[in-house]
Amino acid sequence: MGSVSLNTPPTGMPQVPEPDLHQVLTPDGHRRPDHDLDPWLQDVTAPMLAGLHRDMTVIRRLDTECTHLQRQGELALWPPLLGQEAAQVGSAAALRREDYVFPSYRENGVAYLRGVDPLGLVRLWRGSTYAGWNPAEANLAAQQIIIGAQSLHAVGYAMGLQRDGADTVAISYFGDGATSQGDVNEAMVFAASYHVPVVFFCQNNQWAISEPVSLQAKRHIADRPWGFGIPAMRVDGNDVLAVLAATRRALERARNGGGPTFIEAVTYRMGPHTTADDPTRYRSAEEVEAWRAKDPIDRVEAYLAATLTDADRDPDGVGPLTVERVREVSEAAADQMATALRAGVAELADPGPEALFEHVYAEPHYELERQREHYRLYLAQFDGEQLEAGAR
Amino acid sequence: MSAQEITFGKAISAGLRAALAEDEKVVLMGEDIGTLGGVFRITDGLMQEFGPERVVDTPLAESGIMGTAVGLAYRGYRPVVEIQFDGFVYPSFDQIVSQVAKTHYRTRGAVPMPVTIRIPFGGGIGSPEHHSESPEAYFVHTAGLRVVSPSTPQEGYDLIRAAIASDDPVVYLEPKRRYHDRGPVDLAAPLRPMGPAAVAAAGTDVTLVAYGPLVKTCLQAAEAAAGEGISIDVIDLRSLSPIDYGLIEASVRRTGRLVIAHEAGRTGGLGAEIAATVTERCFHWLEHAPVRVTGFDIPYPPAKLEHHHVPDLDRILDGVDRALGRANSLDSIDPFAPPVPLAADGTERA
Ligand SMILES: Cc1ncc(C[n+]2csc(CCOP(=O)(O)OP(=O)(O)O)c2C)c(N)n1
Ligand SMILES: [Mg+2]
Repeated sequence: MGSVSLNTPPTGMPQVPEPDLHQVLTPDGHRRPDHDLDPWLQDVTAPMLAGLHRDMTVIRRLDTECTHLQRQGELALWPPLLGQEAAQVGSAAALRREDYVFPSYRENGVAYLRGVDPLGLVRLWRGSTYAGWNPAEANLAAQQIIIGAQSLHAVGYAMGLQRDGADTVAISYFGDGATSQGDVNEAMVFAASYHVPVVFFCQNNQWAISEPVSLQAKRHIADRPWGFGIPAMRVDGNDVLAVLAATRRALERARNGGGPTFIEAVTYRMGPHTTADDPTRYRSAEEVEAWRAKDPIDRVEAYLAATLTDADRDPDGVGPLTVERVREVSEAAADQMATALRAGVAELADPGPEALFEHVYAEPHYELERQREHYRLYLAQFDGEQLEAGAR
Repeated sequence: MSAQEITFGKAISAGLRAALAEDEKVVLMGEDIGTLGGVFRITDGLMQEFGPERVVDTPLAESGIMGTAVGLAYRGYRPVVEIQFDGFVYPSFDQIVSQVAKTHYRTRGAVPMPVTIRIPFGGGIGSPEHHSESPEAYFVHTAGLRVVSPSTPQEGYDLIRAAIASDDPVVYLEPKRRYHDRGPVDLAAPLRPMGPAAVAAAGTDVTLVAYGPLVKTCLQAAEAAAGEGISIDVIDLRSLSPIDYGLIEASVRRTGRLVIAHEAGRTGGLGAEIAATVTERCFHWLEHAPVRVTGFDIPYPPAKLEHHHVPDLDRILDGVDRALGRANSLDSIDPFAPPVPLAADGTERA
């Protein structure tokens, strides 16, 4: 009657930690020692920080550009990530190419860092397609709008990794609101039971549309996974180094058979929920201002300003590396991305009606073929409109 | 009292306000319905007016909302839950189908489930995935649930009050793309029953049945057809479960022709049910097979393609032409061709 168990129970229950916020860079750019995270930051150099600064600057620009494109009618909707750059860049930078990401709709910065063409994001959010990228190319699952569903998918993927003996990790991104969904809680049960190589990365941006995180959780979100037998860490999500270190630590644990880890990245959604939202209806300007002082990009600049010396050389030039130079390089990268994006948007064509019937099934479906044929004949009655082959 | 011109959204809002005022057991629950007033602002101001115990912002969990509504109903409350968008009802589907719909039956009537489930549904507003679906057939297929969908502000007001007053669970489907339409609403109207369908426009040549968002499109089609000398009897179902077949049958016996329009996909949709029932009951009066004008059997498509999917005036008129045996899009297809036999592998034989 015995059934095969893939369950490798962790030896002993993990200790419940202090609910302290792990932070290695203070908002004013001071480096704080952190016993748990410092070992994962041994390789941090000025050029590496400059690279993180560049990535955060580029995705912030991508975000502002898309918000503008929505205002100009090019996009139907856009969910801003403004304020969450460190959480997205720090975590994505820790991943290997083969690690597999299961995002929500807000991880557009993560998508960019996975190599997704920003134009793909535009096509998605303007309503031309549901496929902003090919998951198999980016190792990034299709974006998820059904809150929390992707957390289970990450666990299932990790179950596959476990069977394959792969040295790879699945990571699921979701919000604070999502932690109320059954799916996310079931994902933690499965992940713990099977001890799979998965990382739960929760961006607690304080709000689920108009609902404060206090409605979803009476204690810190990071307190909850412990009850499922999953170690959790609460990190300053606006501190790119803390996020990088915490994610590295979790990934390494997963790679070495240590099972799931939960990271609560404490951050803030500086913009509206989406371009259709009016946040002034539910939160105060003071609250937003208080978080502005914790800006993730400013703090890297402050840290660089305090620590760069003449010995730090500009990797691309001859002079010393300065904050101004870092900013200049980051802005240039952002400009380049934005120029290409604008040019691409001008070229975009709408999909043709043939795309309606494509890919509903993997195999021919004769009843749907009939509907397609009938619609083709229907459109043929009108001048000019024909079923065009393929989505553009 | 005379009617006032208000939007569809405000009419539903007024109905909710009236229900909250009339019965202290009425409790509104949902995501973002309190402080924000709902993403469509249907509950705007109600939390301020009735307090956070009557108008409740819930955690982000639809199964939680629906399951606790069942518990509140056990305790004698009348929960009115808002599902933010059609595509988000499915996490609560188990609670709806197995609990909300069946508790009265399972307890031999001892425990009624006066739960109202408000769902903004349908497409046409350029939304992302999961925001434009028409899930009515799932609910109509579930015994124990009543399903209604208003098509005018007055119906919006009347039906929400009737739904909340009903001792049965009612799925109340709000045609979201009509929220901003205006119409006269008599806020002093007496409570009206949910059941009867309505003649939205009287006609003699074809019976055109619709509900929710497509009633307006059908009225436009009737107007356009009138210009060509075709008289369409537009029937607004209002109640999708049960369906008021009396009105439809009486109309079909006069016209001999039936067209049903809905946004939901065709297979297993309401059109199929209505066509079958009317054929059974009015076979000898029918001059033509019933015609369905529906969404395709596809997932709701991306916004740039939705105008193809959602039946519009032209597609409805094409369906009317078919029912009348006039020139139409199917002319080059032989409707009486025998079905294509399937090969052993399931594909069509050449
Ligand atoms: C199942 C489901 N219910 C409701 C919604 C509507 N909705 C979209 S985003 C959102 C809030 C999500 O908050 P959170 O998980 O904190 O993520 P954030 O948007 O803050 O990134 C809600 C309620 C949805 N998309 N899916
Ligand atoms: Mg959030």
